[in-house]
Amino acid sequence: MPSKLLDKYFRMDKLPHIWCPGCGHGIIMKAIVDAIDKMGLEKDKVCIVSGIGCSSRAPGYMDFNTLHTTHGRALAFATGIKMANPELHVIVVTGDGDSAAIGGNHLIHASRRNIDITTIIFNNNIYGMTGGQYSPTTPTGEKGTTAPYGNIDKDFDLCKLSKAAGATYVGRATAYHAKMIKDLTIKGIQNKGFSIIESLSVCPTYYGRKNKKGDSPDMMKTLKNNTVNIKAVDKLDKNKLENKIIIGELYSSKEDEYTESYQKIIDSMQEGR
Amino acid sequence: MKSQTELRLSGSGGQGLILAGIILAEAAILDGKNSIQTQSYGPEARGGASKAEVIISDSEINYPKVKDCDVLLCLTQKSCDEYLDSLKKDGILIIDKNINKPNRDDINIYHVPIVERAKNDIGISMVANIVALGAISKITKIVSEDMLKEAILKRVPPGTEEINEKAYNYGLNIL
Amino acid sequence: MNNKAKLMQGNEACVEGALAAGMQFYAGYPITPSTEIAEISALKLPKIGGKFIQMEDEISSMAAIIGASLAGKKSMTATSGPGFSLKQENIGYAAITEVPCVIVNVQRGGPSTGLPTSPSQGDVMQARWGTHGDHPVIALTPASVKETFDLTVKAFNYAEKYRTPVMLILDEVIGHLREKVETPNKDEAEIIDRVKPTCDPKDYNPYEVEDGDIVPRMASFGDGYRYHVTGLVHDKTGFPSNDSTIAENLVNRLMNKIGDNIDDISNFEEYVLDDADIAIIAYGSTARSAKSAIQSAREQGIKVGLFRPVTIWPFLDKQIRHLTNKIKKVIVVEMNLGQYVLEVERVANKDCEVFRYGRVNGRLITPDEILEKIKGDVLCLANC
Repeated sequence: MPSKLLDKYFRMDKLPHIWCPGCGHGIIMKAIVDAIDKMGLEKDKVCIVSGIGCSSRAPGYMDFNTLHTTHGRALAFATGIKMANPELHVIVVTGDGDSAAIGGNHLIHASRRNIDITTIIFNNNIYGMTGGQYSPTTPTGEKGTTAPYGNIDKDFDLCKLSKAAGATYVGRATAYHAKMIKDLTIKGIQNKGFSIIESLSVCPTYYGRKNKKGDSPDMMKTLKNNTVNIKAVDKLDKNKLENKIIIGELYSSKEDEYTESYQKIIDSMQEGR
Repeated sequence: MKSQTELRLSGSGGQGLILAGIILAEAAILDGKNSIQTQSYGPEARGGASKAEVIISDSEINYPKVKDCDVLLCLTQKSCDEYLDSLKKDGILIIDKNINKPNRDDINIYHVPIVERAKNDIGISMVANIVALGAISKITKIVSEDMLKEAILKRVPPGTEEINEKAYNYGLNIL
Repeated sequence: MNNKAKLMQGNEACVEGALAAGMQFYAGYPITPSTEIAEISALKLPKIGGKFIQMEDEISSMAAIIGASLAGKKSMTATSGPGFSLKQENIGYAAITEVPCVIVNVQRGGPSTGLPTSPSQGDVMQARWGTHGDHPVIALTPASVKETFDLTVKAFNYAEKYRTPVMLILDEVIGHLREKVETPNKDEAEIIDRVKPTCDPKDYNPYEVEDGDIVPRMASFGDGYRYHVTGLVHDKTGFPSNDSTIAENLVNRLMNKIGDNIDDISNFEEYVLDDADIAIIAYGSTARSAKSAIQSAREQGIKVGLFRPVTIWPFLDKQIRHLTNKIKKVIVVEMNLGQYVLEVERVANKDCEVFRYGRVNGRLITPDEILEKIKGDVLCLANC
């Protein structure tokens, strides 16, 4: 089964990927492809856009229309693509530094416009490609090569940020919960609007080593033990939720979609003739 | 008549002088002439200094800014103080009544109630620019009255044609 | 529709030219003195089924037009100094990925926020070298409203033909100037579209130049040719490569597609040069002042002519060399403290004296200033 999927959706001659042993990114990439397969999307109608960073290398391995752009700008390129051809299913894969630091402005504005783009954030809490610098999602107090005495920045909750900015579908899952990434991605693509799936990944090479989080299996166990499904939140004692990360479908709503709203303007012009 | 006439319309931002310049340049084209319009303005949308320049010619216009000013319109004291010296000998100065008549005897001065006509007789000070166009047309004959009227009606906001035509006629009869 | 004379602003003519060339997408961010280009695009694009978007910043505007172009739409953005600086990284991205697009820069006084409402020609070198690394650039500079229309069409055509970002470098004077324009009928202007692949998708190499072609054939996303685009150095398949030969060949090919076709890209005007003892080299609005200065000079018996580069990049090596072989005194007049003149000095005949006159006071250089410079420094008629 997996090998069939590999042959169908991956550029086999571009594999193996560049990610380190134990990296969580491959699991997330595979979950996205699972979602596309499950939905039966036509490969020619899927466009995957990324920025710069470890996660942003994913599109190169995936057999769709793929665009590896500049650091932080994937959503801006994707906005142009979606406007130019709304028939395309546009999926952005991006990292925590890419989407929340250098590209933070594009994240909030793509959310605000509610443009039909599905964004999967591979959040490994660190800049991996440049060697382990702290990112906007590195928890306060933890270390990176540029935070040798501990990070004093507060970390972003990207789901809350996107929701507040106007995203109409918001979910969170982890590399441990691969099926959940797949399910959320399906609903994200189905949502006519801006969808964001924050996928917590693991970076044993930099984040793990720097912060004594153990090896990849240890970090995967942490993802398992530190998360609570939103469906279970109400049933749990408050004290059991302390320091837990809530995963699952966090928000869903219906709002006007950007390219459809623009099409209405175009249509009204033609009627006026 | 010499082949090139250079006009400068000056006042403060919001008085519609740039629009007046555009209309004048357009009227000249309707007359079959060549024309060019430039402007300079500060950061303010309202208030501040504003200046529109128009060159009307029978031939190609190269340098697009006013060099030897033939006609100067000033709606504020400040603009008159600033640009008076640029008006060449025998040039035409059209200034609003609220401005002190300058002490130059080598130019032709028309001291006319542009702002007052707009404010009191028409009731909208915003149309002072169109009153001024009427005055310019009457005094300088640089563009034909009909074409100027056509250009005004084409450029003013829809629904304001009547009031602007009225303003234009007040301008034509301002002397 | 007939060719009808009408009063048109430079920025407006830019949009009209873009629409005539087939612009279907505009992304931009408001900035003086280019804003009218965005406003008029917003007004007109939906009427022809095209699309406009005001992005959150200049960087994303540049990104969006590249994205839209990859999806098959002819795209444009417009800006001025500060925004031009912000766009530079993605301009380099368009250069290496060979995505056709048009960037308009209506120059204002700099550096930084500088003089937002005043003209300048201070971005000449930035247009050439603003983005990092060796890369091809085509930059065109109109001197009139009519020419703004024509060169916008040409900018799109070059972008499509050579698969490269093309810059239309205006200045505030030309952008805001209104003058008489006769726009051609829709079918009169020559329109060039990118060449699309016809091969079987599985044989498609998105960065391979077929025999007889100038550039690789470009499929649009969604056409059925699934391919990869990256700002990394890539091989003919479009995938990243660290191979030194592939890297060198790629950058050389990018440069050569322009260099090998320089005659097609070289646009210029010569004005009363035949009997001239002195040549003024000036471009954009400054060239108009130069023409007026030349007329005055000739009335005074001084034989001056004008060479006006319309294509400012790639540099007109051949034409400037020819000019300076023939004329022994040239003066470069520009609204900066010496940018284009550096290139003129580079290629000029060693026997030709190259003078320069530049101002950065936010005002269009006047004919009198140019004439004075000619009589003074160039001819030494006074105080020499």
